[in-house]
Amino acid sequence: MTKEIICTVCPTGCRITVEGEGTQITSITGNGCKRGIRYATDEFILPKRILTCSVKLEGADRGMLPVRSAHPVPFDKVFDCMKVIKATTVSAPVAVGDVIVGDILGLGVDMVSAMSIEKAGE
Amino acid sequence: MKQQNCDVLIVGAGPAGLSAACAAKDAGASRVIVLERDKRPGGILQQCIHPGFGLKYFGEELTGPEYAERFIVQAKEKGVEFMMGTMAIDFRENVCVAVNGDGVHAITFGAAVLAMGCRERTRANLVIPGSRPAGIYTAGSAQRLINIYGRNVGKKVVILGSGDIGMIMARRMSLEGAKVEAVVELMPYLAGLTRNRVQCLDDFGIPLLLSHTITEIRGVDRVEGVTVAPVDENKCPIADQAFDIECDTVLLSVGLIPENELSKKAGVALSGITKGANVDSFMQTETPGIFACGNVLHVNDLVDNVSRESELAGRNAALYAAGKLEMKDTLKVVASDGIRYVCPQTARCGQKDVKLFFRVTAPMGVTELTATCNGVQLARRKIQRGNPGEMEFLLIPEVPAAGEIIVTATEK
Repeated sequence: MTKEIICTVCPTGCRITVEGEGTQITSITGNGCKRGIRYATDEFILPKRILTCSVKLEGADRGMLPVRSAHPVPFDKVFDCMKVIKATTVSAPVAVGDVIVGDILGLGVDMVSAMSIEKAGE
Repeated sequence: MKQQNCDVLIVGAGPAGLSAACAAKDAGASRVIVLERDKRPGGILQQCIHPGFGLKYFGEELTGPEYAERFIVQAKEKGVEFMMGTMAIDFRENVCVAVNGDGVHAITFGAAVLAMGCRERTRANLVIPGSRPAGIYTAGSAQRLINIYGRNVGKKVVILGSGDIGMIMARRMSLEGAKVEAVVELMPYLAGLTRNRVQCLDDFGIPLLLSHTITEIRGVDRVEGVTVAPVDENKCPIADQAFDIECDTVLLSVGLIPENELSKKAGVALSGITKGANVDSFMQTETPGIFACGNVLHVNDLVDNVSRESELAGRNAALYAAGKLEMKDTLKVVASDGIRYVCPQTARCGQKDVKLFFRVTAPMGVTELTATCNGVQLARRKIQRGNPGEMEFLLIPEVPAAGEIIVTATEK
């Protein structure tokens, strides 16, 4: 299988071609530096992304709380994670970094608050 | 009118204002007041819940609110005073007039920093023909509705403009279960960052239609569809190749305009190209004692650069207020071959480590960036790829005593 990847490590955006099957990579070409090899390898085997979205927030002067995955999650699990997050409600006060959904879908990654917000009227 | 005095007055508590405030305090300003019309600080970062902030400044990948919070905490620790829900409405010499729930305030300052950010270009600015159905938003408005108010903005979306906000919203809406049919871009190249194209469009299989535009929006009460056509080399739609896309929502991501009404009231001279103030390498406008930084000065791509440039503005504002800013002569900085504009527009002789920020005029491959003065090369850098949507810079070790600084970008 051949995968064409645009590297996002630096603004250059090298176009990298990766060939391989599953977790076995046979060739990587087009990278401008070593960091591109690491990036292309990860992208080929298991693309991961930081997931960010918002959760319903009660008791604050703002209706939604921004949350983020503390670390990247496998991209193919992103929509399943969204289902869990959208079913969640949080109450103020919240501190940045507070765990909102722990170990989401058993992926070993927490969804944490991206903002500190006090109770309405404080 | 309630009277107050301060050393440094800052308009805007977004990332630019926050960094300027912290730097002003660090530089010894006794009283620093930040005016902010919103109810809490953070500016536009409050709704930018996506990651990609702080990669340069902190070496970490943060979301907008997390980035803002670092500076909000710092500013409060340093004793910066915030007046929230307060709108600055006028400048009279060294007095700023502002309004909030407590009435009208007249704040006398030693120096002021303009950090009001920018607004989005609208459908009215673009003159897109058609009726006026519900479902047309600027990308930032949609972002605010979804991320702060939890509203559902639409189900089937077409996005006009490949600016970063449009691409970010393509991803955001996809994650919320909407179908983003296409991103339509007038130019033959991407307007925003490549990383956003990858993580917002390619990841979700959203087509990017370069050299296309929307020629009509249809629908009476609600958007029902758009007509899209390719454009020729003069950016004119080729009518017989037009096609329709069914949708219920149109997002416009077609440019940001620095919000300078207040700057005009202060008599600050603006650049016709950046739409922001002309500044020197102290980030001072042509009006002594008034400084500018962030998106109100020129639209930035990375908030990390905004923080650095704003630290400079805040620091120099504090020095000015204390009578310690030594103002030597300035040299003109010229945007020459391949360069659309340079900020700052002038540089102070003798100043060290001056960063000149600029954008190239068109996409380029391997490109050499140079800054020369009187035939002497001050700085030179080679980049692999030049893109108008990705701001570049050159570092000048020391500004010469005379001449003009010429900045060029030459494709190799």
